[in-house]
Amino acid sequence: MNIAIAVDDEIRHEALPSASELGPATKRIVVGYGFWIFLLSDIVMFSAFFAAYAVLAHATAGGPSGAQLFNQSSVAIETACLLASSYTCGLMSMAVGSRRYAATYLAALVTFVLGACFLALEVREFTGMIAMGAGPQRSAFLSSFFTLVSCHGLHVTVGLVWLAVMMAQVAVKGLSATVERRLLCFSLFWHALDIVWVWLFTVVYLMGVLS
Amino acid sequence: MTDTQYDRAPGDASTLPDVERGTSSGALVYTIGLVLAVVLTAMSFWVANTSLLWVGGVSLGLTVLAIAQMGVHLVFFLHVTTGPDNTNNVMALAFGVLIVALVVVGSLLIMADLNDNMMPATELMNLQMQH
Repeated sequence: MNIAIAVDDEIRHEALPSASELGPATKRIVVGYGFWIFLLSDIVMFSAFFAAYAVLAHATAGGPSGAQLFNQSSVAIETACLLASSYTCGLMSMAVGSRRYAATYLAALVTFVLGACFLALEVREFTGMIAMGAGPQRSAFLSSFFTLVSCHGLHVTVGLVWLAVMMAQVAVKGLSATVERRLLCFSLFWHALDIVWVWLFTVVYLMGVLS
Repeated sequence: MTDTQYDRAPGDASTLPDVERGTSSGALVYTIGLVLAVVLTAMSFWVANTSLLWVGGVSLGLTVLAIAQMGVHLVFFLHVTTGPDNTNNVMALAFGVLIVALVVVGSLLIMADLNDNMMPATELMNLQMQH
């Protein structure tokens, strides 16, 4: 099609205009792209925490190491919860796209419950470690561990609050264009958190057990 | 023809007119992604715990599996493609990946270099004793 444009002027008028000639993009694209940029900057922040953890991973100051502290089966369940919630979040955005309210509520509920399970397991892990005297003040390794993992946990908490607020908005306002855009941003946020968790369980939990 | 937008919001599945946006095909994409992610996660846990593999290569293997799973999430959950309607999203993502790689690899290189050039603790102690 693009080759034909160069051949003669008559075809040029019928050819599909390029993206810049179509005028401003729709609000959904602008909002989604803006949120995409925010997510990337959020991930850059996570990368700084990852770098700090990787540098300090062996600075245990005579305290417990990762191999002594981490419980792999608990991490496996956390991973399964977050992955499944990412899947149901995808199903929710499909239900939103086809305006099925009951399916939207159901998928959101399952997503919320799985996210809450993940958070409960993480809080149990943290309290267990602090009770053992392996709190964030014990060593540089534990300081960076708690900073990195709880930053992700904080994001999940914010995501759960956001999801609850969005469901209230769906109930009150219905699936208007505004609510749909916000749900798009939420699903981007939730999937991005799962990508961060992939790196977390690989770098922190699995590689931490190796050494 | 002219109402076809060339750009696509990140996370949106394709809106091109020739692609059927049926419910079943959308669910199939997510399910394929879930199955692949589960397989890769299970492989990661197996690689970390098995004694069959050479120990020195396990970290590298885990990194490769994590990159693969990140790819699965991007393609099947976030619907990132190489299509022309996705160029802006992919360019932003590539820039983000560049910055992340610079921060992580740069920090690790500099800190490893500092550690190598650091005076051993015993010599440092002697130096302090002389004053």
